[in-house]
Amino acid sequence: MKRRTFLAVGAGVGGALFVGWALMPPRQRLMPSTGRRTPNGTVALNGWLTIAADDTVTVVVPKAEMGQGIHTALAMVLAEELGCAWEQIRVEHSPIDAIYNNVSAIVEGLPFHPDAHGPLVRSVKWLTAKSMRDVGVMMTGGSSSLLDCWMPMREAGASARQSLLAAAAARLGVDVSTCRVESGAVVCGTSRLRYGELAESAVSHRPDRVTLKAMADFSLLGKPVPRLDADAKSRGRAVFTADVQVPGMRYAAVSLSPTFSGTPAQYKADVVQRMPGVRAVVPLKGSHYGDAAGVAVIADSWWQAKQGVDALTVQWNDGQHASLSSADIMRTLRDAALTGDGLPFRSVGDAPAEIARASRVVEATYEAPYLAHAAMEPLSATVKVTKAGAELWVGTQVPGFARGAVAQITGLDADQVTVHQHVIGGSFGRRLDVDFVAQAAAIAMALPDTAVHVQWRREDDMRHDHYRPAAVSQLRAGIDAQGRLTAITAHSAGQSAFQTASVRLGIPLARFIPDRTTAEGTWDQPYEFTALRSAHTSVSLPVPVGQWRSVGHSHQAFFFESFLDEVALALTQDPVAFRASLLQQHPRALHVLTLAAERSGWGKPLTEVPGAPRRARGIALHSSFGTTVAQVAEVSVSDQGRIRVHRVVAVIDCGFAINPNIVTQQVEGAICYGLAAALDGEITIANGRVTQGNFHEYRPLRMSETPQIETVIVPSLEVPSGVGEPGLPPLAPAVANAVFALTGTRLRTLPLRLQSGAADAGAT
Amino acid sequence: MQSRKEIAADGITIEINGRREFLTAAPDTPLLWALRQQIGLTGTKFGCGMALCGACTVHLDGAPTRSCVTPISALAGKRVTTIEGVSGPVADAVHAAWVAVDVAQCGYCQSGQVMAAIGLLTTSSAPTDEEIDRAMDGNVCRCGTYPRIRTAIHQAAAALRAASGSSNAR
Repeated sequence: MKRRTFLAVGAGVGGALFVGWALMPPRQRLMPSTGRRTPNGTVALNGWLTIAADDTVTVVVPKAEMGQGIHTALAMVLAEELGCAWEQIRVEHSPIDAIYNNVSAIVEGLPFHPDAHGPLVRSVKWLTAKSMRDVGVMMTGGSSSLLDCWMPMREAGASARQSLLAAAAARLGVDVSTCRVESGAVVCGTSRLRYGELAESAVSHRPDRVTLKAMADFSLLGKPVPRLDADAKSRGRAVFTADVQVPGMRYAAVSLSPTFSGTPAQYKADVVQRMPGVRAVVPLKGSHYGDAAGVAVIADSWWQAKQGVDALTVQWNDGQHASLSSADIMRTLRDAALTGDGLPFRSVGDAPAEIARASRVVEATYEAPYLAHAAMEPLSATVKVTKAGAELWVGTQVPGFARGAVAQITGLDADQVTVHQHVIGGSFGRRLDVDFVAQAAAIAMALPDTAVHVQWRREDDMRHDHYRPAAVSQLRAGIDAQGRLTAITAHSAGQSAFQTASVRLGIPLARFIPDRTTAEGTWDQPYEFTALRSAHTSVSLPVPVGQWRSVGHSHQAFFFESFLDEVALALTQDPVAFRASLLQQHPRALHVLTLAAERSGWGKPLTEVPGAPRRARGIALHSSFGTTVAQVAEVSVSDQGRIRVHRVVAVIDCGFAINPNIVTQQVEGAICYGLAAALDGEITIANGRVTQGNFHEYRPLRMSETPQIETVIVPSLEVPSGVGEPGLPPLAPAVANAVFALTGTRLRTLPLRLQSGAADAGAT
Repeated sequence: MQSRKEIAADGITIEINGRREFLTAAPDTPLLWALRQQIGLTGTKFGCGMALCGACTVHLDGAPTRSCVTPISALAGKRVTTIEGVSGPVADAVHAAWVAVDVAQCGYCQSGQVMAAIGLLTTSSAPTDEEIDRAMDGNVCRCGTYPRIRTAIHQAAAALRAASGSSNAR
């Protein structure tokens, strides 16, 4: 009765429209809604490539290049289908258009377990894909770029190839079946026409159907093609945001509230105004985008602006959070994790009941701190505001939101704002936020018709980050009288990065969607538990939090993979054998695990080097962003208790590896980034202020501490999955598990710290 | 010895990449900012402002130096070489190895890394891993290119030794 009523309502005017939209196929992603202006003689065959008269093929990539190699990888995808020579390829960042919206990240971000494939799941994913195509955003992140652009760019390249073939056949008056593509030219019999000669006429030969190459015919994809940006970056020629020079540009430095939600009470504006080179002293209110209140100084050079900021001598209203401390925060998180049940993200069987009747319970509480992104490039942005419009020069993961921030702050329409995207000196998720862009726009408004480059100091960057949330988790495992694992429960507590980020970006409705990233890494793993309950309690705290490389996986993997070793120990099973027993229905994950064990020599004694500290191995397996990685770490501990990682063997199954060299780079990079965090990463708060400000307080990994890294890519023809982040989550638990094997000390808190002399404690 | 000609009342003359440049910035201005904003040489990067990260590394009379803490007043009569101007067989070998090994990811730290590596290989033709650690530990990379930097330095060193071995020099 109710169901029929719902359908009747749905068939009303609005309902019919909704049904109509829902039934239409996802819109094409080939042709942008606005035409592309290209230089004379250059033709845009679709939204993803242009061909110049001299045969240069420019691949239009809508993803930010922040070190992950995506510009090279996506250029390879298009070049493969297009059939041009690699030497003809250049890459350019795309403008903002709906065809470039990130569909994959949102679809893959839905809270479905990777094993779930039923019709309901498929329709939800399909509908989400459709809406993201239409109303979504351009976004680089979630290790989704390759998957997101895989089909659109293959179609773009193939469609262009077919157009060029048809154009050549038409020009020569032959049947297109007698023509073939050869390294950027069309050959028909003895005639050869270059792409550059054919591009203009190819526009009128758009194919009805596009035929993609079979994977077996790939000649470029799957090869370790050198990165397109390698030479420029070795010569300092890449143009980062701060390298842009606009005629008449001025420079700004900022002084931002040291406490969360503090405001400037008093400062020496008059004194600073008279300093050499100073053009303006600008009060900053901050905005919902997350930029803090403070004061900016604009001057002829950045050094003058920075000296101006130093001379401001700001006295602050500390605001309501002035007594916030890490001790209080962790106490709050512990209370939340240890009481109540949390919001479940996955329930298999009745895990709490199983644990209540278990013969033995293994129980542990794990903790992880706030982490800073600390990319090498401190944040900066350049904005020029005129009556007619504004220009923004910035490296951003979300160009649409960046444009929107400038528009909102300046009162201009979005289409009056031009965004110049730049390569990024590392982001790791920081530039999913546009706080520093909104701030730059506000500062630039103080000096209209002038480009103003706002450069943050390292201290600004570190103290005004959106941190990886701190978290606490209580894990329990039940073991029955026969010594079998019966259930696992995990209840974590921490802030929700997704929810606060949504509010900052102006999509507050997203606040009501449960944030799967809070517990990801626990509810979404391939392990076959007969009973599992993975839950999270979101805690509201004033610390600004955001997405940090691998997001929830970054701490949940440490909690979960360390705890699995504790369970293995309780069951007197080897950590590899224990995990293998839980992956019998997941051959891809099982293969990654066993290959890592094999390649690392798991089970074989480690060669003792006389005079050198003893070593031990630890393993961790983790699935994230569609990819499974296992790592074995070889670790020693010094007399002072300093953990040293000597070697990491990493096995990765990321589906078809577009460029094995880039995959290896990303695994190496994720291991190093994860190791820095595991050994030293900690942002602490005292008196409402972030303590750490520069690299002497927030220790980065250095060359001498870097392990030997061996990366093994599982050969695969499956759809490519994420590569930028999955190498990070297994690192901390692999190291902690090795430390336990070596010393008998179980470390349940990050960063991993041992007391002096712990090395002698001996393994069990 | 500071020449009178090189410190005028309104500026300082410094040789940068073989050219004499007249810098009008205040004498306490770090070389980094004079390079980037007055001369327009943006290859040298700002990372920390406290000589903790090495992104600002240039050569001062051939020696790797952190330009973010070097005031221009200290540079009269000195030769500054930046990533844009570094040249010669060692620089060529380092650039070639960097590309062959595909070292760079985001690239932001790489100007400093390359300058430090060129400094090392100018004084040491077969650096050990410990010598590489010492020479390069001041250059931070957050993308994790350290393993490839090490490989590239060894490769460049080998190429330089082969080149000098096949010539009759020394």
